[in-house]
Amino acid sequence: MNRGDDGATIHTAEHEFPLPERRLFLAHFIIAFFALFLGAVAGLLQGISRTGLIVLPAAIGYYQLLTLHGIMLAYVFTTFTIVGFLLLGTAKTTGGTFTPPERRLAWGGYVLMLAGVALDAVAILTNEATVLYTFYPPMRAMPIFYIGVFLVLFGSWLPGGTIFAAYRRWKKAHPDAPSPLFAYMSVATYILWLIATLGVLFELAFMLIPWSLGWMKTINVGAARTFFWFFGHPVVYFWLLPAYIYWYVNIPRMIKGKIFSNLLPRLTFVLFILYSIPVGLHHQFGDPGIEPIWKFIQATLTFFVVIPTLLTAFAVIAMFEEAGRGQGATRPFEWIKKLPWKDARFLAPVVGMLFFIPGGAGGIINASYQLNQVVHNTLWLPGHFHLTLATTVILTYIAITFWAIPSLTGRTYTPQANRAANLVVVLWSTGMLFMSTAMHVLGVLGEPRRTAYTDYAGADVVESWVFWRALMGSGAVFLFLGIVVYLGVIVYLMMYAPQAERVVEFPIGDVRDKAPPPPPILERWGLWVAIVGALILIAYTWPIVELLTQTKNGAPPLRSW
Amino acid sequence: MRLDLPRLEALWLKISIGTLASFLLIIGIMAFGFHLHPASSRYAIDPTRVNETPPFDQPGLYAIGPNEYRAVIIAKLFTFIPSDLTIPKGATVHFMITSPDVIHGLSIPGTNVNIMVIPGQVNTFTYTFKRAGEYLLLCNEYCGAGHQMMMAKWTVKEE
Ligand SMILES: [Cu+2]
Repeated sequence: MNRGDDGATIHTAEHEFPLPERRLFLAHFIIAFFALFLGAVAGLLQGISRTGLIVLPAAIGYYQLLTLHGIMLAYVFTTFTIVGFLLLGTAKTTGGTFTPPERRLAWGGYVLMLAGVALDAVAILTNEATVLYTFYPPMRAMPIFYIGVFLVLFGSWLPGGTIFAAYRRWKKAHPDAPSPLFAYMSVATYILWLIATLGVLFELAFMLIPWSLGWMKTINVGAARTFFWFFGHPVVYFWLLPAYIYWYVNIPRMIKGKIFSNLLPRLTFVLFILYSIPVGLHHQFGDPGIEPIWKFIQATLTFFVVIPTLLTAFAVIAMFEEAGRGQGATRPFEWIKKLPWKDARFLAPVVGMLFFIPGGAGGIINASYQLNQVVHNTLWLPGHFHLTLATTVILTYIAITFWAIPSLTGRTYTPQANRAANLVVVLWSTGMLFMSTAMHVLGVLGEPRRTAYTDYAGADVVESWVFWRALMGSGAVFLFLGIVVYLGVIVYLMMYAPQAERVVEFPIGDVRDKAPPPPPILERWGLWVAIVGALILIAYTWPIVELLTQTKNGAPPLRSW
Repeated sequence: MRLDLPRLEALWLKISIGTLASFLLIIGIMAFGFHLHPASSRYAIDPTRVNETPPFDQPGLYAIGPNEYRAVIIAKLFTFIPSDLTIPKGATVHFMITSPDVIHGLSIPGTNVNIMVIPGQVNTFTYTFKRAGEYLLLCNEYCGAGHQMMMAKWTVKEE
């Protein structure tokens, strides 16, 4: 046995995890880094080409870049990072290792996902799948594109099995204790993910794949879109919840504090399971074929996410304050000074949290049944999710990898690495302040999203866009620099940083002593799945029945790019 | 469920629920008090026969009342039909729009017009043009290589 930071017991020699686990986790992060790089290159080119100041060579299509950007970042980068992180933390909190069958299952998922990524890369790079990451029919990509997406998403189910098995193994060994918080939150995240992906997997398996292979002549466009958005909204919570895990569970340890409550984080995650899925219609407010009342009902359910979000804000700030007071802070707000601001692994997620304030407010606007008309399909939308996903979540993932990679390679997160990491935070927040602000303004001024540079034949309104487009493009340059520095730090931590002299710990916080134990009902997953199942049936049955039955004829496929 | 919350936590939870309730109240009043709904309809059409299905066999602007019009529009790769129109200031326009090919979107910057156009469905929305001037109609859903060129111009004339 070894002693980690602050005398914590570490159950391995030299490394926090045995070699098979380290290989498994690293394999996931490495794919995520490649996807991040590809997505960032595409993003840079998009940002500068939309200014109109620089014209891309004719061989590079804007919409092809946009498809690459979306698929690589929204599906590949996120999913591989999340799976790597959840596996790592679940292994650590359920005994330090997985059993060989658990590991094999996770590797099985990895192989499927990787095969899917390869198929999609071929389809996109050959320009046979320029359909964006939402792939709305009846634009038809080559079949391997849809098969690839299916493999990535279905492959991600298997490591969920690993997490469930490890959680059950731990529960069996400790029948009366509340489960470890990290494992609990991973299970909750995966339950949300399994239910959410059902929508898009159904769309792919029974609509898009047979139709792209020519086995079906036409497709019901409105229904396909609805199955997509059944998945397309909760996917954002699948990205967000791992960031919440880092805030709730990992940060307390690094700031010498305690997890504030053993109940609040669990309650938060259960609420996310309930209110993240029966809400997809708020992406289709302006769609025909769906009665307004159903759109309104789903708008209402969407707003319930306010509660777990505000609970999290409270719990995280309370945890910060307690940590500061525990280190001798007494005057009001003196606790702020006790926090490790110079450590990028703290600074990055906290900057991310600050960006979540306008991000969340924008989300409320998007979900607002009427206000949505002003911003729907404008640049406001990517402006919004580049705050939430591409800042709050990404900055937190960045911090996660600054713990995970050294812990997996046994190398030191040096002060030099930390300085470069802080530079990443500065570049990223500056770039996003420029780009996202510009996108929000452009959206309100009416510029559409997902549209190559255009002056609309000299229409008057375009004049008001010119300045903001330049600001958006300059933001993209900062963001790209941020990714370059970030990946530089990662390469350093993987290969060049000095070998650590003792175990590099992956921090997992302890719950504070005064926190009451969580009620066992929160671990009765069957109950929560039944409730969300009922909510889904209520919110979706009638709209889907209508979309499927009122149709006169489906739409034949088209390649319009 | 046992919720052993300290005082502040309970207060915060009340604030959260109050916030939620006020949001819901506002969108509810706007929807059912002021009848403000996004574009909507339940009117299916065969997307392979748009050109022969009335009223889309004759797209255009039709007067249906005093300064009130029905605009029958086809959104297709990469244009709106009809493309350029002139209407008097204060005109109330009932949009009826569909697509014979892929998904499009119609939005008019500076207005609340923001309509999804989905093959197989006809979408409807009503808007009153209170300001005179030039309006840009643009496609706001990616529809292919020429998506950025898909537009129309309407002029709203001072009476
Ligand atoms: Cu279009």
